Amino acid sequence: MPREDTYLQVRGHLAELSDEELEARFWELAQRVVDPLVELARTHTSPSIERSVLMRMGVDSPTCMAMAGECEKRGLLGHGAGHIVWWCAGEWDVPVVEAARRLAAGEGWDAVAAKWGGAA
Amino acid sequence: MSDQPPRPATVRPGDGAPLDPEEKIDIPALLKDLELYRPRRHGWHWREPVPDQKLFKFRYKETSKGLTNSIPLPAAHYFDFIDPQPDCVVTTEIASGRFEDDIRRMRMAAWHGADHMMVIRTAGQSHMDGLLEGTPEGVGGIAVTRKQVRATRKALDLIEDEVGRPINFHSYVSGVAGPEMAVMFAEEGVNGAHQDPQYNVLYRNINMHRSFVDAAVAKHVMAAVRMAQIDGAHNANATAVEAWKVMPELLVQHAINCAYSVSVGMPKEDICLSTVPPDAAPAPCMRMDLPYAVALRDLFGEYRMRAQQNTRYMESDSRDATVSHVMNLMISRLTSADIQSTITPDEGRNVPWHYNNVAAVNTAKQSLVGMDGMREMVKIDREAPELKARVRELKERAVLFLEAMLEEGGYFAAVEEAYFVDSGEYPETNDDGIARKAQGGVAVGTIVPRAADYMAPVCHHFGENHLPEAAGGSAARAGKACDLIGGCTLCDADKVPFIDELDPEDNVNTRLAQTAELRAKGLVKPEVEWAADGWVVVTMFLPAAPRVAEFAALEFGKAMNLRDCEVINKQVMHPAEGSLIELKGRLDVVVDPADLVIPPEPEVMSDAEIKAFVTEKGIKCVAATVGEDEHSVGMREIIDIKHGGLEKWGFACEHLGTSVPVDKVLDAAIEHAAQVVLISTIITHGDMHRNAMEKLADLAVEKGVRDKVLLISGGTQVTDELARSWGMDAGFGRGTKGINVASFIVKAMRERGM
Repeated sequence: MPREDTYLQVRGHLAELSDEELEARFWELAQRVVDPLVELARTHTSPSIERSVLMRMGVDSPTCMAMAGECEKRGLLGHGAGHIVWWCAGEWDVPVVEAARRLAAGEGWDAVAAKWGGAA
Repeated sequence: MSDQPPRPATVRPGDGAPLDPEEKIDIPALLKDLELYRPRRHGWHWREPVPDQKLFKFRYKETSKGLTNSIPLPAAHYFDFIDPQPDCVVTTEIASGRFEDDIRRMRMAAWHGADHMMVIRTAGQSHMDGLLEGTPEGVGGIAVTRKQVRATRKALDLIEDEVGRPINFHSYVSGVAGPEMAVMFAEEGVNGAHQDPQYNVLYRNINMHRSFVDAAVAKHVMAAVRMAQIDGAHNANATAVEAWKVMPELLVQHAINCAYSVSVGMPKEDICLSTVPPDAAPAPCMRMDLPYAVALRDLFGEYRMRAQQNTRYMESDSRDATVSHVMNLMISRLTSADIQSTITPDEGRNVPWHYNNVAAVNTAKQSLVGMDGMREMVKIDREAPELKARVRELKERAVLFLEAMLEEGGYFAAVEEAYFVDSGEYPETNDDGIARKAQGGVAVGTIVPRAADYMAPVCHHFGENHLPEAAGGSAARAGKACDLIGGCTLCDADKVPFIDELDPEDNVNTRLAQTAELRAKGLVKPEVEWAADGWVVVTMFLPAAPRVAEFAALEFGKAMNLRDCEVINKQVMHPAEGSLIELKGRLDVVVDPADLVIPPEPEVMSDAEIKAFVTEKGIKCVAATVGEDEHSVGMREIIDIKHGGLEKWGFACEHLGTSVPVDKVLDAAIEHAAQVVLISTIITHGDMHRNAMEKLADLAVEKGVRDKVLLISGGTQVTDELARSWGMDAGFGRGTKGINVASFIVKAMRERGM
């Protein structure tokens, strides 16, 4: 519903604030707006985030894409794609980049399923 | 003159060869060994201010360290060629779609004073889930890939060495692949990026949950390498129905991105607000926009200001755009700017062209230097009733906006209720804002909760991360998270993988092959954005109404052998009397410089040599502006000692004044036994300049003195070739200095044994 400019009617509670108090209120409200967003981000991940983890592990972008896709398909993204690669690299005694390559190609998921569940 | 930026002690594999200012940058050579190249530094570079800098005869209050190679403003030759560099970083935005051509433009812009190269992304990349590789051609910007970024950063290393100031490279960490883009940029030495999840939500309709979750990780990675961040609030201005009503919302958008960035670990000094004066004339824009600029800087004093220029009201007239931008720059100087962005004055009609990037950089440099130190004398009157009331009102309206968002249930609820980009000035609403669904948009439903054992064995990862005890406990204690994997790419650059090309056709090699012959033979063809694109612009006045003029211009274009003609600007001079037309078209003509006959540049002698000759011979000159012509400035420049004219070396000059008949000039020369006659001819109507020269030469022959005097003419339309063909010994055109004329006189008198 469109609303006329009610500024003069609704500003009453701000009128008594000093400029400093008004500015402090501005930032306090902004922080209250972003706090739940920060909490959401702290406790969630996404395919792009997991690919960015794999990238930092030295994996090239097409392999990141395939590996994160495999995790997503199996509902395992929440454990961390990098986590799974790291664990497999230890199990198989290969470098993480090699472990990522195998997983991205759909290999070795039986070992992952045994630990975390999901389809092999 | 400043020192060169520090170069690595040794040349490393993959580094390019230093640039020679006399040579074009060698793009094929730049692409060699790219897989070995590593960036020489990370993070943003701010200019180094030099307080009270003395240059030529002036003191500057707001300038920074100078450049070792640059092109100064056009009038600099009056001021010993100084090129003062303003205190703030100056941006140029480049969007041709071909990085290999962008690089050449960056080099030109850097020579004019740009030290922030902002590369626009190809249309649609923000909706691509994942990274692209190789060098595909982009539309309205490049596909931002590792190879294109790396080649550009490598080129910028060479360019910054050439100009003597570090150059910031910048692109976009937005879209669905934000965290990956941030990691790639961090690895490749990109110095700054746009990052603002609100941009994804409002303008790209990317799911809001995904946008904020991704943004936290992206920002945290950017912070790790001290990349500067620019937010996306200026887009609300560019899309607003009535731009002057969007100010409270702009404050809110800036605050959300700032507070969010700080909360996820970004230092405030790396966070830049993309702020633009919202309005333009014929609105009384400066009076409307100044209170907003002040309110913004009051509220965001701890953050950096990236002052953008207005695009909302930009039309196709580059003069109009330039004036708007100068008014924007005045607001920057009256308030503050850490980064001064520039929009090319042709952006209203083209994807920007090479020389318009340079024009925009020069508009900023010229205005900022021209207004240097002004704020010590001209201050904003914070007590002026309108300003004071409006600053307060804007802040209160922004607070009311935030209060309502919280009452609504927070950010996501407010976006669902279309709080943003509403055409009303909050709390007024016209119910026409952009509404997005929390459970909608691109990539909806793709975020997942981190499990109790969620783990990421890499550094600079935001959020819950349960690193195993064995490998460093809560990893912070024993070392870095990436110790688990023997180092991550942010700690060990050698781990960064490099993919060259994925597409055998759409890549830089095939594009370069098309212009290889031109490069090899050094052929010249006009271009505005891509090598050999052939585009030229013709400006014409047509005595016709605009619609007629437009279609007539297309015919003229064809007659000039131009292809793909298009009118890019038209302006009514009078509804019936005529219109100004700017027409672009492609010219398929190549010139081989080897076939050109280019006269040699005039030689210039040393002061001592000229002085000795003049003293020995006692040279006298008679000078005048001839015909019905009252111009005297040009002649004074050539003669007067205070302008470095002939008197400086001892020439005795008799200046007869303006509008002098030609015969009077020659009579005076005979009377004074002058060896030199100088005439100035500015007016060219009806060939007045030609007639004056021919008459002077004829009279000298008639009176039997032609071999005793040198006849020299000068004027803006005069060339040496024309003047000689009309009987003169020499002609001098625009840009001539006393030294050119003096050198010619000495040389000619010696040759003739005078």
